[in-house]
Amino acid sequence: MHISRGFHGRRREDSEPGRVPPGQYVTGDFPVLSAGPTPRVQLESWTFALRGEIDEPRSWSWDELQALPREEITVDIHCVTKWSKLDTVWTGVSIDTLLEGVDTAAEHVLVVCDGGYTTNLPLEDLTGGRAWLAYGYDHEPLDPEHGGPVRLLVPHLYFWKSAKWVRGLELRIDDEAGFWESYGYHNYGDPWREQRYAGD
Amino acid sequence: MNWQLGTVVELREETERVTSIVLRLPEWAGHRAGQHVDVRLTAEDGYQAQRSYSIASAPDDDDLVLTVERIEDGEVSSYLVGELRAGDELELRGPIGGYFVWEGALGGPLVLLAGGSGIAPLRAMLRHHRATGSTVPVRLLYSARAERELIFRDELARAGDGGTVDVRFTLTREQPPDWSGYGRRIDRELIADVAWPPDERPLVYVCGPTGFVEAAADALVSLGHDPGRIRTERFGPTGS
Repeated sequence: MHISRGFHGRRREDSEPGRVPPGQYVTGDFPVLSAGPTPRVQLESWTFALRGEIDEPRSWSWDELQALPREEITVDIHCVTKWSKLDTVWTGVSIDTLLEGVDTAAEHVLVVCDGGYTTNLPLEDLTGGRAWLAYGYDHEPLDPEHGGPVRLLVPHLYFWKSAKWVRGLELRIDDEAGFWESYGYHNYGDPWREQRYAGD
Repeated sequence: MNWQLGTVVELREETERVTSIVLRLPEWAGHRAGQHVDVRLTAEDGYQAQRSYSIASAPDDDDLVLTVERIEDGEVSSYLVGELRAGDELELRGPIGGYFVWEGALGGPLVLLAGGSGIAPLRAMLRHHRATGSTVPVRLLYSARAERELIFRDELARAGDGGTVDVRFTLTREQPPDWSGYGRRIDRELIADVAWPPDERPLVYVCGPTGFVEAAADALVSLGHDPGRIRTERFGPTGS
């Protein structure tokens, strides 16, 4: 291990030990990271779709999404650019709710978004109360900068998997790399195993 | 991607808060203009901290340059700008990121919009453009609060030849009396003045603090530029 001469660092006094994954630091801000302009979306024409390897494609309008059972979710989030934010509060619909009654042989999902962004993850990681469509942050409507009107929330993976401006899930038999996954970022992205880049 | 050690061969004080770290990396396999690296610092008791920094040098340059702004209370940046000395070794890995890059095959015309220390990856692109003798037309707009906060000012001014490469500055807070550049925050009019019109389909790179990037990207889209031709990198202090 290379010791950086004269570096002392700031020990973690801002959270209990073991709460923050390796290589991360805690921030109180909510940094914005996106590869392009922030899309501006009309709620009247907004839809969310389940498609691909599925018995019957399904879709929800904004109003239909609002009518589904909502949950308040308090979670820690971890960005691959090293910041973590603790106890973030979201409002949204569990992906389990959207997948109810869906018959599929798919094991993979490609998440599709406004602006052309995509990300991939195992279908399993979207189930079991571990993933949501979030439209509220801190009891307010989700800002466009942070992915509003609706973003995916998958807090147990690095936050690029929690795709902003989400519009659908493509259920797939085979795995297809998403946007950052095609540019050298890790295919799965578990912050606790520090899977930042391909090969980690 | 393995961690590797580089030797600091030189520190260049760019502004009061910004230093360029010139590194010699025996194992470096090269990078593309616009990419970044992860830097890792380790204290004697094993405590570590990591941050990402854009590469300010071109792939064609001999040494790797990281241009770092010292953030108030920045755990890593205050070490890199202040404590680090020539001759020290620095641990890093990279290059990282493959989207916010420019190389000749991507063509142009190019519009580069930089806010503050967001100039670093765009400077790498401009140097690469020059080193490869590219004929792709470039327009660069660089926004800073005051003249003393402009990084690479002389180099950028020299790069602007009034022909293929056009370089302009805007100072948003303080302008010297003889200032001939722009004197306001980036807005729709300013971008319309600097960028090629949307029908020329310029390839646009925007880098800077979130507020700057949001304003620039929104203005570009509202002027009719294709969002798919606008690549952004947002960064800046993520304080407490």
